[in-house]
Amino acid sequence: MAKFTYKAHDIQQEWCKGCGICVHFCPKKVLELNEKNKVFVAHPDKCIACRMCEFRCPDLAIEVIVEKNNDP
Amino acid sequence: MSVKKFIRERFFPHIWCQGCGHGIVLNAMLRALSALGISKNEIVVVSGIGCSARISGYVDFHTLHTLHGRALAFATGVKMSLPGLNVIVPMGDGDALAIGGNHFIHAARRNIDMTAIVMNNRIYGMTGGQFSPLTGYGMKATTAPYKNIDHDFDIAELSRAAGASYVARTTTYHVQQLTEMIKEAILHDGFSVVEVLSQCPTNFGRRNKMGGAVEMMESYKSLTTPIGSKAKQENPALIERGVFVQRELPEYCSEYNAIIEKLKKGTEK
Ligand SMILES: Cc1ncc(C[n+]2csc(CCOP(=O)(O)OP(=O)(O)O)c2C)c(N)n1
Ligand code: SF4
Ligand code: SF4
Ligand code: SF4
Repeated sequence: MAKFTYKAHDIQQEWCKGCGICVHFCPKKVLELNEKNKVFVAHPDKCIACRMCEFRCPDLAIEVIVEKNNDP
Repeated sequence: MSVKKFIRERFFPHIWCQGCGHGIVLNAMLRALSALGISKNEIVVVSGIGCSARISGYVDFHTLHTLHGRALAFATGVKMSLPGLNVIVPMGDGDALAIGGNHFIHAARRNIDMTAIVMNNRIYGMTGGQFSPLTGYGMKATTAPYKNIDHDFDIAELSRAAGASYVARTTTYHVQQLTEMIKEAILHDGFSVVEVLSQCPTNFGRRNKMGGAVEMMESYKSLTTPIGSKAKQENPALIERGVFVQRELPEYCSEYNAIIEKLKKGTEK
């Protein structure tokens, strides 16, 4: 089992510049840009909480809220 | 782990263009500092002038925004007077190696304990895309509309030859490696250089038909390889990523302090 479980994305849309980096490099294609070129979570159910979108965002607009799994 | 505790939120959204790699370097630097758990009060970020250099305005540490090319000189002053502080100097390739080239090689030669993060976008981003010493042969810039005839430096080789005791290179695509390198560089006792290939879609990428931020980051994936990989032997044009130098050498402030201590003892006798 993965170490973290996905809870939610905390997205600061006013800071997002719509570069598409998070959208393109998400391994599960969870994120999309809306008509205003701002990121939104289109498929939260597919998120594996890898947090790469958070680490690669040049605008610090994304935080992935995760829950640490208890060791079995 | 939020990095917001380390930024001056009132200045956000920041001034950098859509997809600018410098924001990713900021992101990784904050994560490295957060992971190291160093108190904000013990961190000094000193920068010169350039898009890259604006990083100092965004971080909530002790910060100095100084002169183009001279950040390492100011940083040397800070470090010599208060050697206990962690001094970080984020710099552009122009800032570090054109106007600031002399400061750079001599800071490396002295092995003074600070971390230079060279955000290499191969261009003068801030002033509109003039070529830098990292633009490279055959590339286009506003000042090289018929293609550049200057060859570029290899920052890692230059840093090694100048005497830096920690030298590493990665890209804005390889963010986890970047965070690890910044951590290691900060912990290293001596002059450390982390070169980060950082995209400037506005003034380098588009002019050279490399596409936008996403395409440029894709190229960082395909055009780089770990140091000494098999791929490098087969294709020497690949750019190596990894830690090139990690050696223990006497550190400048410690050496200076040792002389002071020695002379103090001398006068007591
Ligand atoms: C003494 C001095 N010379 C020239 C300039 C103009 N200038 C400002 S930023 C810059 C170059 C910026 O390029 P770089 O350091 O690579 O950083 P980038 O903007 O690409 O991040 C220049 C030439 C200046 N501010 N001061
Ligand atoms: S990487 Fe950041 S700025 Fe770019 S589209 Fe995603 S959230 Fe927006
Ligand atoms: S955490 Fe990973 S899987 Fe989830 S949206 Fe971000 S990049 Fe995609
Ligand atoms: S001009 Fe280039 S380096 Fe400067 S903010 Fe824009 S993309 Fe970044």
